[in-house]
Amino acid sequence: MLKTIAAAMLMSAALVGTAYADGGKVTIVTSFSKDVTDPFKAGFEAANPGFTLDVQNKSTSSGVKYVDETKSNNQVDLFWASAPDAFDNLKGRNLLVKFKPSVTGLPEKVGSYPVNDPDGFYFGFAASGYGIMSNDRYLEANSLPKPVEWGDLVKAEYHDHIAIAAPSRSGTTHLTIETILQGEGWDKGWGTLKGIGGNLQQVTERSFGVPDAVNSGQTGIGIVIDFFAFSAQASGFPVSFSYPSVTTVVPANIGIIANAPNQPGAEAFVNYLLSEKGQAVLLEPAIRRLPINPALYEKAPEGFPNPFKDPRFQSMITFDSDVSKKRTDVVDTLYDQLISFQLDNLKRATKAIHDAEKALASNDQPEARALLTEAHALIASMPVTADEAASQQIRDAFTGGEQKTARQAELEQQWATFASEKYAAAKTKAEAALALID
Amino acid sequence: MAFVASMPTRRFAAKPGQVIAVSVIALFLLVFLIIPAGTVIYTAFTEKGTGALTVVNFIDFFNTDLFRRSFFNSIYVSGMSVVWATVIALPLAVLTTRFDFRGSLIIQTLGFVPLIMPPFVGAVAMQLLFGRNGTVNLILNDWFGIRLPFMEGLNGVIFVQSLHYFPFILINLSTSLRNIDRSMEEAAQNLGSSGIRLFRRIVFPLAMPGYLAGASLVFVKVFDDLATPLLLNVKDMLAPQAYLRVTSVGLTDPMGYVISVILIVVSIFAMWLSAVAMRGKDYSTTQRGGGGLAKRKLSRGESVIAYGVVALILLLVLSPHIGLLLLSFATVWSFSPMPDDFTMAHYARVFGESSIYIKNTLIYASLAGLIDVVIGGAIAYIVLRTKIIGRRWLDWAATAALAIPGVVLGIGYLRTFYGITLPGGTPLATLWVMVVLALAIRRLPYALRACYAALQQVSESLEEAAENLGATKQRTIRRIVLPLMTGGLLAGFVTSFSTAAVELSATLMLIQSNSDAPIAYGLYVFMQSPAGRGPGAALGVIAVVLVAVCTLLSHYVIERRQRAIGMNK
Repeated sequence: MLKTIAAAMLMSAALVGTAYADGGKVTIVTSFSKDVTDPFKAGFEAANPGFTLDVQNKSTSSGVKYVDETKSNNQVDLFWASAPDAFDNLKGRNLLVKFKPSVTGLPEKVGSYPVNDPDGFYFGFAASGYGIMSNDRYLEANSLPKPVEWGDLVKAEYHDHIAIAAPSRSGTTHLTIETILQGEGWDKGWGTLKGIGGNLQQVTERSFGVPDAVNSGQTGIGIVIDFFAFSAQASGFPVSFSYPSVTTVVPANIGIIANAPNQPGAEAFVNYLLSEKGQAVLLEPAIRRLPINPALYEKAPEGFPNPFKDPRFQSMITFDSDVSKKRTDVVDTLYDQLISFQLDNLKRATKAIHDAEKALASNDQPEARALLTEAHALIASMPVTADEAASQQIRDAFTGGEQKTARQAELEQQWATFASEKYAAAKTKAEAALALID
Repeated sequence: MAFVASMPTRRFAAKPGQVIAVSVIALFLLVFLIIPAGTVIYTAFTEKGTGALTVVNFIDFFNTDLFRRSFFNSIYVSGMSVVWATVIALPLAVLTTRFDFRGSLIIQTLGFVPLIMPPFVGAVAMQLLFGRNGTVNLILNDWFGIRLPFMEGLNGVIFVQSLHYFPFILINLSTSLRNIDRSMEEAAQNLGSSGIRLFRRIVFPLAMPGYLAGASLVFVKVFDDLATPLLLNVKDMLAPQAYLRVTSVGLTDPMGYVISVILIVVSIFAMWLSAVAMRGKDYSTTQRGGGGLAKRKLSRGESVIAYGVVALILLLVLSPHIGLLLLSFATVWSFSPMPDDFTMAHYARVFGESSIYIKNTLIYASLAGLIDVVIGGAIAYIVLRTKIIGRRWLDWAATAALAIPGVVLGIGYLRTFYGITLPGGTPLATLWVMVVLALAIRRLPYALRACYAALQQVSESLEEAAENLGATKQRTIRRIVLPLMTGGLLAGFVTSFSTAAVELSATLMLIQSNSDAPIAYGLYVFMQSPAGRGPGAALGVIAVVLVAVCTLLSHYVIERRQRAIGMNK
């Protein structure tokens, strides 16, 4: 009996083996949804007969963990996701291999961000820019104008109407935060971020949580990556999207995993993805990502942004990824400790300031104005400077290195205390100002 | 009568059997729970960077305001959820078991459905109904100019958790109520007790094992649940804090694992407390069956009130599923009380590929449920009926599974079993059997509590009587204990099965290919894009219906059994 089963299993294994013989199974770990992966799978298998694409969906962070944990006997050929920092992470752990795609003539930069990894470990296949997505019905019902710039989101009228994904959870939001910090400078940038923070309705723990909330109208405005908005529009949701002038376009990437069981298959997929045929798939309504191949924009629908021609994208700031890399953990943790986990305190203080400013508009009192300036300064104040954030001492606190002066947990507690004290003080000042005006 | 063994050897024959059973279960828990979870959680006791052993992380935990606040929030939310879950479950359980109530079977099944909340879509549906701009609030705002914060802050978490987890109390309490010996009630009635007093002094105390089993599960489950707080964007609770830290890329700090350890300790402590509450009390009754408690007929007025209450509760607890159903037919549903239009397209889209998901889900969840009932029943028997040293540790180890985040178990499985390769080079961790084992471990506490409660209601004197008549231990278990525990075993199976059918977090780590994927994974894959919301909801509805049908079937079996036993008497 056992022998029969064993024989049957061998037979079927042999059958499966022959079925895949000409190209084999290409295994890809991705964070992209079925709407994205299905058309690519169909296109790739049609263009490369004999290959089959096996898609494994994991969130970006589980995907990185998965590849890392299974490296001893790797079964995965490709990693395919948006956030460049995840690829950087994989590259840093020697989990990717170098490759030179056969597709040539692709641009080296999109906006001001290099398309490919300079060392050839991963490749951009689509560009994405961050911006502001809003629900038209929601804005109309609340008589709100459409926000265009980051600065707009600080305004009192948007209080409690905005959603963002936590940068520690979403690599792409992290890049947006970093873009604002690099574009406006450390102190002013954090001022803007905390200003927006005071108006937040929610900080979600998944990137997709934000467009989801905007689509369903639970929140009016979301800070999202462009294709979430474009694909929602294509699915019929009443949403709008705009790129603020301080933003950056960054590539979504693909890389081949070290010791891939099917290296030729992995290479074939990367080449397909970058080819004109593969790039055309990006324009499908449910996907709507900006192709990296400029030729494709001639086929794009009306009003589709072109990051290679559109002047908006050319004027976007240069993104310094070295600066970003040095302080990634610090920036994310600061955002969590000063904004995400202090949201109630921050919102209360911001509301108090908004109320006082409203009263001040009709009855200007210099003393109250001075108090409010102080309150603003209190909210914007930072526990660490830009230099400290990139210092070896603080970085080592996060990695457990030798030069650390405090443990991460201690720093977090210090920063949280700093924030809650400052926000409470700001609230007191704002209330005092309001009392003066009344 | 070939089975009748001689009296003197029986005592010796039983012991090695027990020892073997304990060893097998302990080994199972060790290999599939403690070692995998341990490979991940030991980080809590190491210093970052050097890896040296330390307890400084625990000191940091208690020195951090955020964690202290999270700790108390979690305790508060869990406690209040037990209270509200009781308020919902008690009337349903009592009305359906104590009264001649038409549709009891349907109510028992429907009352169970909230436990089957598919990931992501369930959340979206809840928001669309009860969120700040959900149906209810949009209508309230339109009519009265007010909004009710159902889904905000800690109270929002309590609201959703009570709706979601009250079936734990309902199912365990109902089983207990059914198992109460009618003669107890009749004796009390003969002595002049009736109505509320009868219920308070006799019936409810006798059903205590079931209630406590359910209530402690609700407490621990809410304490360890991360999905609901995260869906409501409540971050200052312990489980979400652990999850946020464990799953962030680039953050390999020990605090996430420290929180996991704290979650495990509190969960075990809660279970220990509920065991203490039961200590020294005997809830078993010798006479069994007879259809359980006498079912009273309701007068006309009472009927109207009773049906009204039941309808209201069911409407409330099933609203997420009603929302899910609407979502699965909706074209666009955005900032409006109802969807813009309806379509069948989403079902058409998932129809083709859902059959493989359904097949996998049924296989995985029923195998997991089966493993859980066998092991849960065995642990309950060992703890309650034997004196083997360390038997309580089996119970606590199994219970600790509740507190281990799915993703931790998933990573632990990869670490432990990925290195072991099968002939042909495939790693052991990639076999679908591992998914089943992970599910079984994650859902074992549910089945364990149900088996525990069921066995507590079986009087030992019945077993003694059987043994006095010459039956062996094995035969006693097979012919006396198991038949009397059937209700509880089925309750345990149903709970494990239906919750395993929609579990995602450990599955997501372990699933290797689409052809091995259960329905929850299919849902996840859809729910990452705007166009996938409808198909995702359709798949969610299919999952709920599937599990509900299985539940209905097993309820049907229980009812028939009860009736059959009653007839035979």
